Amino acid sequence: MASTMRSKQLVLLLFVQSCFALFSSSFAHSSGSTEGYTINGRAKIPSVGTKEFFLPGKISNAKVILNGGQRVTFLRPDGYFSFHNVPAGTHLIEVAAIGYFFSPVRVDVSARNPGKIQAALTENRRGLDEFVLEPLREEQYYEIREPFSVMSIVKSPMGLMVGFMLLVVFLMPKLMENMDPEEMRRAQEEMRNQGVPSLANLLPRSS
Amino acid sequence: MAMAIRAFLIFVLFLSSTQFCFSLYEDQVGLMDWHHQYLGKVKHAVFHTQKTGRKRVLVSTEENVVASLDLRHGDIFWRQILGTNDAVDALDIALGKYIITLSSDGSILRAWNLPDGQMVWESSLQGLKMSKSILNIPKNLKANKDDLILIFGQGCLHAVSSIDGEVLWKKDFSGQSIEVQQIIHSPHNDIVYVAGFVGSSNFYVYKVNAKNGELLKDNNVELPSGTYGELLSVSSDMFVVLEDTRSKIVMIDLKNEEINYKYSHISDLIKYSSGQAVILPSRLPGIFALQLNSHSILIKVANEGGLVLVEKINDAAAISDAVSISEGQHAFAFVQHEDNKIYFTVKDVDNWNADLLKERIVIDNQRGNIEKIFINNYIRTDRSNGFRALIAMEDHSLLLVQQGDIVWSREDGLASVVDVTTSELPVEKKGVSVAKVEQNLFEWLKGHMLKLKGTLMIASPEDVVAIQAMRLKSSEKSKMTRDHNGFRKLLIVLTRAGKVFALHTGDGRIVWSVLLRTLRKSDACERPVGLNIYQWQVPHHHAMDENPSVLVVGRCGPSLAAPAVLSFIDAYTGRELNSLSPAHTVAQVIPLPYTDSTEQRLHLIIDVNQQAYLYPKTPKAIDILQHEFSNVYWYSVEVDNGIIRGHALNSRCNREVVDEYCFDFRDLWSIVFPSESERIITTTRRKLNEVVHTQAKVMTDQDVMYKYISKNLLFVANVAPKARGEIGTATPEESWLVIYIIDTVTGRILHRMTHHGCQGPVHAVFSENWVVYHYFNLRAHRHEMSVIEVYDQSRADNKDVWKLLVGKHNLTSPISSYSRPEVITKSQSYYFTHSVKAIEATSTAKGITSKQLLIGTIGDQVLALDKRFLDPRRTLNPSQAEKEEGIIPLTDSLPIVSQSYITHSLKVEGLRGIVTVPAKLESTSLVFAYGVDLFFTRIAPSRTYDSLTEDFSYALLLITIVALVAAIFVSWVLSERKELQDKWR
Repeated sequence: MASTMRSKQLVLLLFVQSCFALFSSSFAHSSGSTEGYTINGRAKIPSVGTKEFFLPGKISNAKVILNGGQRVTFLRPDGYFSFHNVPAGTHLIEVAAIGYFFSPVRVDVSARNPGKIQAALTENRRGLDEFVLEPLREEQYYEIREPFSVMSIVKSPMGLMVGFMLLVVFLMPKLMENMDPEEMRRAQEEMRNQGVPSLANLLPRSS
Repeated sequence: MAMAIRAFLIFVLFLSSTQFCFSLYEDQVGLMDWHHQYLGKVKHAVFHTQKTGRKRVLVSTEENVVASLDLRHGDIFWRQILGTNDAVDALDIALGKYIITLSSDGSILRAWNLPDGQMVWESSLQGLKMSKSILNIPKNLKANKDDLILIFGQGCLHAVSSIDGEVLWKKDFSGQSIEVQQIIHSPHNDIVYVAGFVGSSNFYVYKVNAKNGELLKDNNVELPSGTYGELLSVSSDMFVVLEDTRSKIVMIDLKNEEINYKYSHISDLIKYSSGQAVILPSRLPGIFALQLNSHSILIKVANEGGLVLVEKINDAAAISDAVSISEGQHAFAFVQHEDNKIYFTVKDVDNWNADLLKERIVIDNQRGNIEKIFINNYIRTDRSNGFRALIAMEDHSLLLVQQGDIVWSREDGLASVVDVTTSELPVEKKGVSVAKVEQNLFEWLKGHMLKLKGTLMIASPEDVVAIQAMRLKSSEKSKMTRDHNGFRKLLIVLTRAGKVFALHTGDGRIVWSVLLRTLRKSDACERPVGLNIYQWQVPHHHAMDENPSVLVVGRCGPSLAAPAVLSFIDAYTGRELNSLSPAHTVAQVIPLPYTDSTEQRLHLIIDVNQQAYLYPKTPKAIDILQHEFSNVYWYSVEVDNGIIRGHALNSRCNREVVDEYCFDFRDLWSIVFPSESERIITTTRRKLNEVVHTQAKVMTDQDVMYKYISKNLLFVANVAPKARGEIGTATPEESWLVIYIIDTVTGRILHRMTHHGCQGPVHAVFSENWVVYHYFNLRAHRHEMSVIEVYDQSRADNKDVWKLLVGKHNLTSPISSYSRPEVITKSQSYYFTHSVKAIEATSTAKGITSKQLLIGTIGDQVLALDKRFLDPRRTLNPSQAEKEEGIIPLTDSLPIVSQSYITHSLKVEGLRGIVTVPAKLESTSLVFAYGVDLFFTRIAPSRTYDSLTEDFSYALLLITIVALVAAIFVSWVLSERKELQDKWR
């Protein structure tokens, strides 16, 4: 894939590994004539189908973006990408892939010392003396529906209503039983005096 | 009893404490949102129909999209969107499995895998000089091992292997100062001819060995006159070009390694011809096409070098390239356009008398002229040749024509939306038939039973499918009438082609579309551009029976000095009510907050000659404006000079021709930024129609802050001159970002702040009393977002209750820009991970609902971020009171929760803008994001607190009620029985 006439070639391997290790090794070499440098990198997206949900992220949908949209390139089947003719300076590389969260990478292309490249993840400020780019996490865009459980019904407003009612129907009589009958009578008297309509009064009395 | 109440309260608390952010379940996709994919105007198309199986057409467009389309239905197999400045120059197929694109002025060559669009290889072709870019893939019908791709770009001829993209050799022509216009590869002897001009008359041909790039021979001839336009190759050894007076054709012949040329007068071919001829770039063997006046003329090159006129096509026509239909037989097509019909003719290049195909196709009138045609042949069942044509129209739509019919069409004009506005739908007519409702009752119940099954997770897979189909199909959301919640509206979009579409918010379908006459190319208007679209008439109180209308403002050309064009369109029918081509120009359009008796909004159009024109041109409008004459203020930003000026109306225009609707204006104030240290890059103001519910904001310590709410605030972001470029071009020491908040009536600078070591691009949103802006911090090398909130200090001493009682408060004093209230600002900055393409804030009907920021990220997704995260009062350890108020502990970066992407797993490719519109329901805001794709959804920043959710299960409610009633009876029976037992005791 390497072109024979590349000006100065700085191979920045942004190696994204599917494991947790965030390390890669940077090696760079320069050659040729004209003004720009070439940044080569690699991003490895974990293989499709590791999740139980359908995975929209594919390697063909991933884009690599230099300096907020100045240039856009795509990943080759093996995950490599390159930016040609990049001037010396400090640049920002972002990887946009649906389903994955990539940290932007700060890339220093040195003018004084051609062949020297430094890269660092800006999210966690981890310098990549050797090399790195990996999705920091997989993105889950949807809430997961919780499987049916009795609790979910009970927690719903209707469930609460029913639950409260059952509580009153079955627990209240128990509470009443424990009460002193004298006190009970007094309380009932009071209630009657206050004219609180009892449920029994409301319902039609069938004989 | 008390215990039970307490228990109940705890339950209620438990319920209310379950907080949700914006999130979707996967099966809710498509319920409230829709996502449409487009391509843009097709520039190149290549058919791939050789093999059995999927027939496809590969296109590249002006939106820098490379796509593979299903030839049967026009669906997208795959699509790749290149960067914004990576325009595709050429597209072709190599090896029968790769699509080769040449882009960025011939400097990037990419190969894409045909079935899935995966990029296979990429080559950077470097040279020193800008030049025409030519892609030449030798068509070897027999599979040849070393397939070579020849590219001329950046002043060099490159030979690239089509297998892995390796550059095999490179021949630099930039030293010869030759403008190369054609390369011809003859496969049988592996020789490449490179032809071009030095100056305009010195014709050069280089003969290069295709194997190694060795220069075999060069030859040149000085033509007696200059040339005009492009050199066209007619056959492998013949070129034609126009002479510089455009009245003669020069034929250049390369036979026997010698250059011969011959001049022919166009007038010899066509009698009474006058005007300027142009050679059309169609590639036809032995034939070329001339455009003369409005005719297209096909001229055949005879063997001995004579020219023969073969066809004169009178109307606006498009001519395709030739296709090879059998050994040595080539066909090409042209289409003519008349009113609503197109005539599609296919002819054999050599046998001119007979038509291979002649068809008449009826076409929608609103598509304009035919711009491009690509043809492809197929073998019919009776072994004769059939032809299909892909046609790109003036409105950027794409049609596939086959057997006298339009097989499919794509409205790809919607990939280049320029501006968006909305319109209400008509009110529903009274008197819905009862029968319909009754018939639907059973369906309704059935639907709810299904839904209940779904919520209880006892639905079978078939049921799940049925539920999903039912939810998605719900006819309710795509009705053509106004709804109670205000979710159904028309989105009226203006596209770059000058076409206006009305999209239904329910499902995104096109309700009507109109290609504006004023925005079409004409003699009076050479290169019209559509600028903006405004709500012109929004009837609500008076004039209820009138249809709403919109105003489209355009300009006859890209420069500011081009005259204005205005169109008024009925928003219900798409009929163009009126169109004006006024003599004045348009620099700025100001919708005034006044409407006349028919609810037409007054607009001021400011032209470049310091005059303002009032629309509508009615005496009533003049009366209204006279009444408010001293209250009209506006500002203008001169980015190049770094000046912001404030203006007010002064008097009637003082001119010979009396124009009542023309006004002079005066400059009230101006702010001049020092050009050696600051350059304006972004200005943002509040949305004019934004509603704010309350000015007061209660703080944790029962203190009240008053928001400084003024419609006349302007946010300006300036950067250091050196830091104007992209990231990576400036060092932190030489870049800074200075932001201002300016009152546009008085020119008073309310706030100024400098961010050292920061640079643009700056994206900002201004809402209520706060502004949020996004920029790049070079020191940390991260993006940052800052918030500034402006508070009115002059009202701060209204807290004293006694003052309020005695009436010594200034709460009722009008907010005026003339007064100089004390303002204080609070601000804070946070890191944000992504680059940003657009920022918008949600807007709701009454402004009560809390706000969310909608951030269009570089990955073309839209993230909803609560404004609470951008609160300047966030501290590291919020006190208990602050926590209760909802202040989030300070973090250095803003969280990106993947569930709060409102575009969920979709991308709005090429995102350019986000528009929010309030629904009638206070909790809900409608969001429309546009780019190459369109995406619409509705969001509720504080959840839908004022309506039941989509998932609300009525069936469960019914069951609960039934259960409760049953329980009442059971308990009553039990208590009766107990009472009876007690009595027997």
